[in-house]
Amino acid sequence: MQPAAETLRRTPLYDRHEAAGARLVPFAGWEMPVQYEGIREEHLTVRSTAGLFDVSHMGEIEASGPGAEDFLQRVLSNDVSRLAVGGAQYSVLCAEDGGVLDDLFTYRLDEARYLTVTNASNHEKDLAWFRRHAEGFDVSVRDAQVDYAMLALQGPDARGLLPVDAPPRMRIASAEIAGVECLVAGTGYTGEDGVELLVPSDGALAVWDALDATPVGLGARDTLRLEVCFHLYGNDLSEDRNPIEAGLGWCCKLDTGFVGADALRDVQPSEKLVPFVFTGPGIPRQGNAVEPAGVVTSGSLSPCLGVGIGMAYVPADTAEPGTPIEVDVRGKPRSAEVREKPLYTKES
Amino acid sequence: MADESYPEGLLYHAEHDWARIEGDEAVFGITWFAQDALGEVVFFDPPEVGATVAKDGTYAEVESVKAVSDVFSPLSGEIVAVNEALADSPEKINDDPYGDGWLVKVRLSEASETEALMDAAAYKELLASS
Repeated sequence: MQPAAETLRRTPLYDRHEAAGARLVPFAGWEMPVQYEGIREEHLTVRSTAGLFDVSHMGEIEASGPGAEDFLQRVLSNDVSRLAVGGAQYSVLCAEDGGVLDDLFTYRLDEARYLTVTNASNHEKDLAWFRRHAEGFDVSVRDAQVDYAMLALQGPDARGLLPVDAPPRMRIASAEIAGVECLVAGTGYTGEDGVELLVPSDGALAVWDALDATPVGLGARDTLRLEVCFHLYGNDLSEDRNPIEAGLGWCCKLDTGFVGADALRDVQPSEKLVPFVFTGPGIPRQGNAVEPAGVVTSGSLSPCLGVGIGMAYVPADTAEPGTPIEVDVRGKPRSAEVREKPLYTKES
Repeated sequence: MADESYPEGLLYHAEHDWARIEGDEAVFGITWFAQDALGEVVFFDPPEVGATVAKDGTYAEVESVKAVSDVFSPLSGEIVAVNEALADSPEKINDDPYGDGWLVKVRLSEASETEALMDAAAYKELLASS
């Protein structure tokens, strides 16, 4: 159940969204812009030029101290020892049974200082998990969510719109924008080049205004990530699924001894998460059944491809690209085909 | 998208559908309010010609990129035509919800049902109060 409107949190950019005519919706306890001009148009803007997202609802946790690396190596699935100062790394947070608690980016800001960005809906859970596992490590775990607003400037023109030189992909650096000291990261979740900005909350308005880019809502963020088959927690990832069946084995370094690694060691997934494309009319939606077996976890119309696309858990023997499947869209069987990732590339 | 409007001469259903009576037939569509709430329409899933529809029942679906919405039948009858142009251009529902964005044509089976529908003024009142 969504909390009542008066209990929803607002980002520092709320007034900007309202003034820009955004459609604001409850999202993970926040009142967030889902679209401004229209999802499809905003999606295509990001693919062709650049768009600016307010993703301040996302959470931040700072881990610092001499034991920070060892601690993060224990809770995060990727090999944190390979994360250089100024680097970024994607990983999952697993429960002991291997179920996925969250997927997150971690930035190494300093020798012994890391910033992890959590999904809004998982922030409190992640924070409690971090604190619980910090015991025995020489590390300080701090909820940094109130410190930061987060903006994402994504698209082929994104770097050109920045008044500063942006770090390369998967790197993070400090930079001053509009007089505000920001962290600028060469990361994003749209499949486009671009940056994410971690901005002190009281400087968010100045940075947003200085970037002067087309605002894009969370609706387009979802279709953009789906076209390139990035996972969305709550749809494609959950505590009931492990990262191996989700296709995230690449960021699970089992020999680092992270929580959940033992449970994942011998996993032979009976189901796999696969992307698919409709070969006829219709739009798949989360929860649609796949025939002969499986379930759609994400589905939408692809603004770039012009057809229904999605991701689904299907039996491993129907997971090969090229396999025809059928999706039951509210009682109507729709033809589809399993495809390779990503569903969209610049050449599509 | 079209500007907000609720033309006179149409009959309105509380689920934000309209009917234009043409003798013993009626053209159905969704109102400006409905298409605006949905956002850009990207798919219309029409019923079969020959299917029967019942007043207040659902007979089709209209989809935006992110949402699916049932379309309610304001009156009972048999589908005699669907707007084939929407297969290639579903955005007509946004651009011209009372004209090119019509959905289906129905041969009415219960003419008296029209009495339960609203005129433009009553529908606007409903919108204002909700």
